[in-house]
Amino acid sequence: MSIWVLRGLRDGVVTTRWPSKPDDYADAWRGPARPLPAALSSDPDAALEALCPTGAIAAERGGNVHVDQGKCILCGHCVAQRPDVFAWSQGATGPGAVAWRRNQLIVPELPETDEAVEAARARLRERTAALRRSVHIRHVDAGSDGSEEWEIQALLGPVYDIHRLGVFFTASPRHADVLLVTGAGARGMTVPLQTTYDAMPDPKVVIATGTDAVSGGLLAESDMTTGGIAATVPVDVWLAGSPPSPFGIINALLVAVGKLARDTNPSPSAGLTTGSRGGRRTR
Amino acid sequence: MTETIMLPGVKALWDDVESRVAAGNRFAGLFATRPAQGAGSAGVAGSGRITLSVHVATAGGINTLEALLPPGAESYPALTPRLGAAFWYEREIHDAFGVVPEGHPRLEPLVRPGSPEASALPRHVTGYGIFTIPHGPVRSGVLESIEYLVETPGEAIPHLNMRVFYKHRGVQDRFGGMTPADAVLLAERTEGIASVAHALAFSHAIERIAGCAPPVTAQLVRVLHAELERIANHLDVAVRLADAAGLAVATARFALHKERVLRLVSRLCGSRFGRGVVVPGGISAPPLLPPAQLRAELDGLAKPVAADATALMTTSSFLDRLRGTGPLTPERARRHGALGPVGKAAGFADDARLARPYDAYRALAVPSAKSHIAGDALVRLRVRWEEVDQSFRLLRQVADDLAERAPDLYSVTCQPVSGRAVGWAEAPQGEVLYDVNIEGGRITRCHPRSASFHNLVLMHEVFTGDILTDFPFIEASFGLSVAGVAL
Repeated sequence: MSIWVLRGLRDGVVTTRWPSKPDDYADAWRGPARPLPAALSSDPDAALEALCPTGAIAAERGGNVHVDQGKCILCGHCVAQRPDVFAWSQGATGPGAVAWRRNQLIVPELPETDEAVEAARARLRERTAALRRSVHIRHVDAGSDGSEEWEIQALLGPVYDIHRLGVFFTASPRHADVLLVTGAGARGMTVPLQTTYDAMPDPKVVIATGTDAVSGGLLAESDMTTGGIAATVPVDVWLAGSPPSPFGIINALLVAVGKLARDTNPSPSAGLTTGSRGGRRTR
Repeated sequence: MTETIMLPGVKALWDDVESRVAAGNRFAGLFATRPAQGAGSAGVAGSGRITLSVHVATAGGINTLEALLPPGAESYPALTPRLGAAFWYEREIHDAFGVVPEGHPRLEPLVRPGSPEASALPRHVTGYGIFTIPHGPVRSGVLESIEYLVETPGEAIPHLNMRVFYKHRGVQDRFGGMTPADAVLLAERTEGIASVAHALAFSHAIERIAGCAPPVTAQLVRVLHAELERIANHLDVAVRLADAAGLAVATARFALHKERVLRLVSRLCGSRFGRGVVVPGGISAPPLLPPAQLRAELDGLAKPVAADATALMTTSSFLDRLRGTGPLTPERARRHGALGPVGKAAGFADDARLARPYDAYRALAVPSAKSHIAGDALVRLRVRWEEVDQSFRLLRQVADDLAERAPDLYSVTCQPVSGRAVGWAEAPQGEVLYDVNIEGGRITRCHPRSASFHNLVLMHEVFTGDILTDFPFIEASFGLSVAGVAL
């Protein structure tokens, strides 16, 4: 048994300090595709739109090109074939990685959503004001491909260790504040997901974790899914990615409970509450 | 060595399958297809007849044996009473087409969510004090959705029933109408933790139809990602087993190694799961790390993984929980054709990399597996460590080969028009099989069969003498993914 004491000390502390300290890997992460600034659709619109297997690209002739990052599965077809129009967005944690409104995931953002975003954000902030120091999560798989579960499990490992942020997983929905839902919304999971949501006490927050949960991804058109989980439970925070990286999931969790403002870049100077360590809360 | 044989009827088909399995071939899957009524150029009446296809794995290839059901047939004599391995395959066929396999012992919905009555708890064991523990589909911990119905008098588990249909996503139907370039993305998401193996099996089928072969460099990079995926999956099993035993440090150590492997994969290709690398005809892009750096990273990983594995396999409190837990008998493993580490641990080793090599495995020296017989959770873990060791050795060969090779093409054009083929690849869970049909450059039918689907049914067989607290060990030791089962 004592051998494990020594093995446990071998690599020192491997845990990231993010978000209170920057982490090289957090934003080295490749995010969903985006149109390059001022990319105009010169081709027939269908040619650009046909690049995307999930229909995330919308292009009008001579107009702006929009990418719905909530549908992007990061396949890279558009970036590989039209590098003059599309690029990867960089980083799992910056602005744009998380949205309060589904429409926010469309880039460049549609202008009319600003007010709605602010309202959604204010409502969420109000609800989560009580959840500052200790947040309990219940995860439900509503038809994922299995990779999202790996990335969420990684949060419990030594590298991400979300316990340091005062975030814990709980078996019972009765104890949960946050519902982390993965998967395209399999019809067989509709009732179990609804039951789990109903069993949670108020205030509760739902995070659609991953492109499949946001829009259904490649399975949006399948008769056996609801094309995202919003058809079953009301979503508060939308997180794209196929699957989202562990940093992306932490980012979404902190945004969801008001520990991290969406437009604040994590840096040593940002006033962040990092759980039990205490500190100021931005906004 | 891959051929399709048409047989005159269902009985002849079953006779042929049974004699082949008795001769040492492996039953690899039973699928049914029904062309849409009126489909095809002539729209002939009488199309819409169901075809039953059995895949039989031999050394060197996979043969497909087929028979047509009579027009309008609503039933056929079941294969399951003659060959138990067909148990879930025939339930899946019943789910999809409603055709009844007569003599099948239990025809509850398997992969498609059934009617509300299906949510009643089925009972198989009766007696004083026997009750059912419904465990799932929302289970404690971050796990995929599956429901285990554990029938128990309190501690022993005389019967386990599984309901996997909760997360059925309609993957198989979704393939219809896709181009191969898009469909490989769906193959990657069929079973997310074995993305590379699924993309490989699918691409092999497409390449077989088109008659193209990927360039040598692409073949090496495919092996590189497939073996990294294997290491990550086996480390995941180690994490879950150590966690089940309450070894906090061991859990953290293996989770750290797994994270390092996933990060290496992401630095090679931009995705932590190797997604977007494999495309029909080759690979999409060269690795982002130079071979010398890859070699250094591999060496930095292999040593601590091996040291921690040795420490785990000498921790007696841990070994006590695994030894004799969830044993699969060699006879059962052979009859079922158990795949991957589950089969290897029970004396049935049929590794596609050795028996039916593909890509760079044809040229690389794939070490053959040691022979095991006990078939319990401990041996399953031992097999995994041996595979991890083999994978690192293969990876070093791949890194050295890549360093020596001049820059080469990464893919060849691979756009098949029409045809049908079977493709396979050895996933961490065992062999993955894709039966793909293409017409006019688009997929008309694609039937993926993951190793998880084939192996999970064996969970029924392994609870002799085990009790409730052994459950997490047995489940983890199988190392399967529900996504690949329910599709």
